[in-house]
Amino acid sequence: MDTNALVEGILGGNRRALARAISHVEANTAAGREVLARLYARTGHAQVVGITGSAGAGKSTLVGAIAREQRKRGRTVGIVAVDPSSPFSHGAILGDRIRMQDLTSDDGVFLRSMASRGNLGGLSEAATGVADLLDAAHFDVVLIETVGAGQDEVEVANAAGTTVLVANPGGGDEVQSMKAGLMEVAQIMVVNKADLAGADTAMTQLRALLSIADLGPWVPPILKAVARTAEGVPELVDAIDKHQEFIRGSEHAHEERRKHAQRQVIAIARAILHREALSTANASGAIAALVEEVAERTRDPRSAAEELLETVRREWASQGERE
Amino acid sequence: MTTQARPIRVLIAKPGLDGHDRGAKVVARALRDAGMEVIYTGIRQTPQMIAEAALQEDVQVVGLSILSGAHLELFPRVVQELKSRGVDDVLLFAGGIIPNDDVDAIRTIGFQGVFGPGTDTNDIIAFVRDNAPNRA
Repeated sequence: MDTNALVEGILGGNRRALARAISHVEANTAAGREVLARLYARTGHAQVVGITGSAGAGKSTLVGAIAREQRKRGRTVGIVAVDPSSPFSHGAILGDRIRMQDLTSDDGVFLRSMASRGNLGGLSEAATGVADLLDAAHFDVVLIETVGAGQDEVEVANAAGTTVLVANPGGGDEVQSMKAGLMEVAQIMVVNKADLAGADTAMTQLRALLSIADLGPWVPPILKAVARTAEGVPELVDAIDKHQEFIRGSEHAHEERRKHAQRQVIAIARAILHREALSTANASGAIAALVEEVAERTRDPRSAAEELLETVRREWASQGERE
Repeated sequence: MTTQARPIRVLIAKPGLDGHDRGAKVVARALRDAGMEVIYTGIRQTPQMIAEAALQEDVQVVGLSILSGAHLELFPRVVQELKSRGVDDVLLFAGGIIPNDDVDAIRTIGFQGVFGPGTDTNDIIAFVRDNAPNRA
C-alpha cells in the first residue's frame, strides 16, 4: 500500500490500512511520517487516555474493563498496549491480548500490541503517533497502556489527554517510588485489586502524597476498582469523562491544549536530537578514543561527553556550510 | 533520519478447545529470544479471533498450536478467515499433535512448516527467519 492508500484507507475505516500504517509509524519510516503529517489535522476528536502503573498492577485487565464499559456507552475504542522489549535479544512477548480476548471479536475495538524496542527515546514518538492514527481512524476513545517504569513510559503517559495511574493495595514502597515523577502526570488515580487487604491504606497513602503535591485547578480523584469484576470501572470512566470535559471546557481548554502540544513537540524534538546526535557521533568515530580515555581514567566522563558534543556541533556546522 | 530495523512480528495462537499451551509458550519464548516480537493470544481462539488478531497486529508470521485433533477442521477456517480480511501475505506454520498422514493436507492449504513434538526450537527459528515475508 502506498501512502495515499494508507491515508484514504484509514479515513475510510479500512482496518488493514490502519494496521499497516501503524507498522510504518512504529518503525519510523518515511511513509509513516508522511501519513502522520497528512492525518494530523484529522485528529483531536478522540478521548486519549494513558493507563500507567508498575508491572503486575493489573493494567491490561483494567484496560479491558474500561474498553468494555466504553463499548456499553456506545463508543468505539482503539488500544495501544506497550510492553518492554528484551534489552538482550531485542525480542518481546506481547501478551495483552490474553486479557482482552473477547474484544478481538468486536468490530468497535482495535487493539495493537507494541514493543518498546529501546529506540533512543523514540517510544513516546511512536506510541503517540499510533494514538494519532487511531484518532484519525475515528475511534472515540484511545487507550495507551504502558509500564510506568522509566522516563520514556512517563512521557508516553504524558502525551495522553488524561492519564490514569494504577496502584495496588500493599504497594507502600511502590507508592513511595511514584513520588518521583508519576504523581505529577496522573490526573486520576485508581487503587486496583481493591478487594485485597490494604486498599484503604493505599488510598490514604495516595491522598497523603497528593496533599503535598503542587496541584493546578484539577484535583486528581482517587478511586477504587476491581478490574477483574469491573467493580468501580463505571465510576472510573465517569471520572475520565469529567477530566476530558475539564480539558475541553471553555475556561481551561486552550491552556491545556497548548501545554499538551508543548510536551509533544519537545518530546519528539528530544528524540530526534538524541538519534541524530548519536548517529553523527558514531559516524565521526570520536566515541571510541574518548571512551578509552575514560576507561583508563586519564579523562573524566563529563569532559569526554562535552568533547563528543563539540565534535557533533563542528560536524553539523560544516554540514550546514556545505549545503 | 534513520529508519530503525524492524523485528519480525509473529502471532502464536491456539485454535479450538484444548487447554495445554506449554508447547506454544516454549515456541513463543524461543522466537522472542531470537529477537522477534511475539504476540501470544492465549488458548481457545476461534478462527475469526486469530485472523482478526493477525490483521490488527500486522504480523508477518502466524503459528498455530493444536493438540485436540481438530486441525483438519480448524486450520482451513483460519486460512479462510485470513483471506476474507485480505491478509494474504503471512507465513503460516503449525505445531502440536498432527499425524503424519495429515501433514500433506495441511501443507496444501498453505502451512509451509509443520513441526511435531521433539522439534528443536532452533529449526523453527531458522524456518521463520528464512521464510518470513519482508516488509520493506
